[in-house]
Amino acid sequence: MTTGVKGRFGRFGGQFVPETLMTALQELDEAYDKVKNDEAFQEELHYYLKNYVGRETPLYFAERLTKECGGAKIYLKREDLNHTGAHKINNALGQALLAKRMGKKKIVAETGAGQHGVATATACALLNLECIVYMGAEDVKRQALNVFRMELLGTKVVAVEKGSATLKDAVNEALRHWVTNIDDTHYILGSAMGPHPFPTIVRDFQRVIGDETRAQILETENRLPDAIVACIGGGSNSIGMFYPFVEDKDVALHGVEAAGKGIETGKHAAAIYSGQTGVLHGAFMYLLQDEDGFVQEAHSISAGLDYPGVGPEHCHLHDIGRATYGNVTDEEALEGLKLLCRTEGILPALESAHAVYYASKLVKTMAPDDILVICLSGRGDKDVHTISEALGGDLA
Amino acid sequence: MSQLKDAILSVTASGDKAFIPYIMAGDGGLEKLKPIILRLQELGVTAIEVGIPFTDPVADGPTIERAGERALASGTTLRKVIETLTSFADEITVPLVAMTYLNPILAYGVEQFAADASVAGIRGLIIPDMPLEESEVVHPALTAAEISLVQLVSLTSTPERMERLTKASEGFIYAVTVNGITGARSSFANELEAHFKKIQSYTDTPVLAGFGISTATHVKDFGSFCSGVIVGSKIVDSLVAEDWEAIEELVKASKLAANEVGI
Repeated sequence: MTTGVKGRFGRFGGQFVPETLMTALQELDEAYDKVKNDEAFQEELHYYLKNYVGRETPLYFAERLTKECGGAKIYLKREDLNHTGAHKINNALGQALLAKRMGKKKIVAETGAGQHGVATATACALLNLECIVYMGAEDVKRQALNVFRMELLGTKVVAVEKGSATLKDAVNEALRHWVTNIDDTHYILGSAMGPHPFPTIVRDFQRVIGDETRAQILETENRLPDAIVACIGGGSNSIGMFYPFVEDKDVALHGVEAAGKGIETGKHAAAIYSGQTGVLHGAFMYLLQDEDGFVQEAHSISAGLDYPGVGPEHCHLHDIGRATYGNVTDEEALEGLKLLCRTEGILPALESAHAVYYASKLVKTMAPDDILVICLSGRGDKDVHTISEALGGDLA
Repeated sequence: MSQLKDAILSVTASGDKAFIPYIMAGDGGLEKLKPIILRLQELGVTAIEVGIPFTDPVADGPTIERAGERALASGTTLRKVIETLTSFADEITVPLVAMTYLNPILAYGVEQFAADASVAGIRGLIIPDMPLEESEVVHPALTAAEISLVQLVSLTSTPERMERLTKASEGFIYAVTVNGITGARSSFANELEAHFKKIQSYTDTPVLAGFGISTATHVKDFGSFCSGVIVGSKIVDSLVAEDWEAIEELVKASKLAANEVGI
């Protein structure tokens, strides 16, 4: 699978899309190439990131968490403090500005947890773009709060009842919508996945996480961290965090997939762990599937990790051994969530809680003067109903 | 040589237009595949497009998507379709064109798929989520098995791209008549005629129109400026309703030579 011309990360990636989309992808590729090095565009993006999103986000030394875990020093990159509550706004804003440059007046997006949907709806309200968001019906139920937020922001939310009624099905519908409305619509894909150039665009708009972290840790500790941990659904917060460190071989990179109810149950979202490769949503990647090549439903308590594939650049980092990919179950993620609440007064998103749990174990294997950074990709306000239900509460 | 192309050219040489119905294999159960194919070829279709269901059919509209869901529910897989076709391959007299998303082929194994598909009577292949740029994944194996890889040309393809696709397409050129996904629509833009003439100017491979063709009038209209049509959603609906009259009417509309002498 290394024959495609464009957008390969080793053997992964590519442009496996219907012909109708090829011209649009090419147009997007060219438009992005232009703005990438356009100072005025970058200045405008920076202006909004600083004054609207609230960047830079803090790199916070989690002293009590560090003590509780007993091992390396833990820093939290506080993407949860961004406007709208997660890292998703970095990309949504960047792509919305890109769409304006391309003269597109309408936006379509998919969303899982609703964070990307909210971020896109927000960017569209800010920049006066018409927005429609496809969301799996299952996720609409799980994330009612975010649905309501999107609607308040003037976005039309369409519940997708098909397939597993989760993120992958929302992507299918968003792609269909884009194919049908290609003339005036830009698709703001929310993760570092899909056909080229999306994995690259999303990574570039998210690398601000890693760039800031690098500068901040050099300032406070005068050296780079020994390990970085981030959760992986499609993989946008993690690739944004990892990318500026890829050449720094002494910085261990750890991606955390969702093990759902447990790998052995088959109800999980650990695509890299599965070792199976295939094509879905425009890219060749690690993919949960059966022996007939049918895509399997992913399972995770966190809607944002509930995706059967994983972004192509992560697949490549796994292949070449540059990053290590582990996984954490629903139950363990909840434990990580409670741990962070209790020790630091921070309620993480269920997605990010996977990284917290994984890191809490990893630091124990490291020396006390080692440094570990967790990408705290989002806050957990959106998850309180799910958390309450999982812990046997009765909030809903 | 392409058996598929030859079959279409022999129809157009006689003054008729090519007619290729699309069926979803396994819709209503795989046991229906044989009787449907045999009856369609009896009606005088040029070739038959056999759809393979997939879990994530991003290029398909609601009608074919639902047919795919029914087929998946009845346990249909690429492997089972090929086995079923092989079981009556000696009775198949028209070329079959498989339409499948890429991943089931990758899971099957590209070389093995091409070899088995050839034995099953498959002479052409359409992969809706594999543009020309990515086709080297399957092309050598298909060539070895004498299976034509059909390219889709869309209204959004740039002229430069249109020429490249047209020249690369084997068997026929599948010209998409609307922006979007498969499904019946009521009106077609007038510019389509110019679009089709442009495509045909690049090649002697026949150009067929598909996506949204649902009436005998559509069949005739498109027939007036291209080599024939592919009818999908309408056939799928008619098969579910067991309305063979509707199918017969569509096929008849492609028999222009017969129509002209007043039959």
